[in-house]
Amino acid sequence: MIEVNELTKRYGDKLAVDHLSFTIPQGVVTGFLGPNGAGKSTTMRMMLDLDRPTSGSVRIDGKQYGQLHEPLKYIGALLEAKAVHPGRTAYNHLLWLAASNRIPTRRVDEVLALVGLTAVAKKRSGGFSLGMGQRLGIAAALLGDPKILMFDEPVNGLDPEGIIWVRNLMKSLAAEGRTVFVSSHLMSEMALTADHLIVIGLGRLLADMPMNEFIDRNSRSFVRLRTPQPERLLDMLSANGITALQDGAGAWEVEDGDMARIGDLAAEHGVALHELSPQRASLEEAFMRMTAEAVEYQTGAPALQPAQQQEPEPAAAWGAGWKKES
Amino acid sequence: MFPVLLSEWIKVRTVRSTFITLLLTLVVTVGLGAVVCAVLASTWDTQPAAERANFDATGSSFSGIALGQLALIVFAVLIVTSEYSTGMIRATLGAVPQRLTLMLAKVLTVVGLVGVVSLLTAFISFFLGQALLGSHRTSISDPGVTRAVFGMAIYMTLLALLSVGVAFMVRRPIPALAILMPFFFLISPILNAVPKVKNVAHFFPDVAGRQLYSVHGNTDVPYGPTAGFFIVLAWSLGCVVIGYLLFARRDA
Repeated sequence: MIEVNELTKRYGDKLAVDHLSFTIPQGVVTGFLGPNGAGKSTTMRMMLDLDRPTSGSVRIDGKQYGQLHEPLKYIGALLEAKAVHPGRTAYNHLLWLAASNRIPTRRVDEVLALVGLTAVAKKRSGGFSLGMGQRLGIAAALLGDPKILMFDEPVNGLDPEGIIWVRNLMKSLAAEGRTVFVSSHLMSEMALTADHLIVIGLGRLLADMPMNEFIDRNSRSFVRLRTPQPERLLDMLSANGITALQDGAGAWEVEDGDMARIGDLAAEHGVALHELSPQRASLEEAFMRMTAEAVEYQTGAPALQPAQQQEPEPAAAWGAGWKKES
Repeated sequence: MFPVLLSEWIKVRTVRSTFITLLLTLVVTVGLGAVVCAVLASTWDTQPAAERANFDATGSSFSGIALGQLALIVFAVLIVTSEYSTGMIRATLGAVPQRLTLMLAKVLTVVGLVGVVSLLTAFISFFLGQALLGSHRTSISDPGVTRAVFGMAIYMTLLALLSVGVAFMVRRPIPALAILMPFFFLISPILNAVPKVKNVAHFFPDVAGRQLYSVHGNTDVPYGPTAGFFIVLAWSLGCVVIGYLLFARRDA
């Protein structure tokens, strides 16, 4: 079990990580989500004792990482692709790692086969593509057959095939009872892989809950209406105590609206409707809304305009992925 | 400790730069020493009398180290800084978070490998140089000669250690080389030629090293080979200790 307790990292007068506390549940995939610059990588580096916290602590089964004996057998980590000497072959890179933790040499061949790099094992890693570098990093993380795995943005720069491969790998690792901790800045990616979610923004904890709960809490449902007679529609709705908001794209939205009732009312009052549809805001939006105040590098336009800029995906499309898992 | 040592040894032997820099160290040191000895032998009669009186056949055969040490510095600097420039240091510390153990393993790997290369370099330089000096040669059995030859190997090993220490302080290859190379190649020789300043510059590691690997030594320098050894040792250990203290405290 990994416990992060009041972890803080200060660079000059800038707080990168701000009294962050959470516990990573065992045997599941935990998504570590936050916008770029939220402090995800800094937190992970402190978990591995690479960076020294300003205050606070990380405990892995009660121990600091630096106190672990042969830590590769305990935690495997992929922090960045290509943390490899370009002149060394993939095989030799894994060989020195294995030697340092007394991992048998045959395990090197095993993990190379597992990530599909056997054919290029004796090639120097300088010529590897980003995807191959990422696979080598994952092979290094798996080398010691660890109970806990940490991946920092593992799908960055991967092609669609590679993304699916990483996704399935993480799920199968968790299915084997391992704890998987994976960071991402993409909610959509996490929705497909994670069972538990930890969201941070500007170094602070924003959410720490099971994925299902996050979806229930944060997915906004509404009814979208389009009409050539907006005044009549609005009069009709307000007379019936229903509030509609303009979405900026010529349509109207009724939060948690009862679609049948609105349709009946429109028929009754002879209001022509061009659209009457149920909508669900995507998790991406929920995530953006949550982190809106905590985004470090704001663009000129307001970060959040719910449901207006993008066509929200139909509920079935985003729900299908995680529902299969639960 | 042994697994970490083995791991560092695998790292060193699986990159080309190790072979290139160490081979260059040997070839340049031996080659330049041989050229100097050959020239000295052929121009002996035209040398000034003072030169001939102070002639040190052993030290002359080691003249090549002035240039050869640059390749040795590159080897030692790269062993440390390549970890930082490639980002590999995070993989290394992930595998071996005990920083003292890691640094000791690196230091021992350098001492072992450079020690062997240095002994080879010292003995080949000596015997080739003496062969070329002809009638002005000295013998390995003459007083002080064995000490000087081993002194050469020790100097080279300690120089590599000093470079490792500086590399741990600076972390990036270019700044580390920009400090070490001019120091040994330019600054120390220049300061040692300036009156007054040279009283201080006499205690620089390259000057102390020359006392260690010469039979007669420089009469201007106020100490002998034993003190020379301890001065070089102090420089090397000083750099390694400071390098470790910074390494232990800093974010990787």
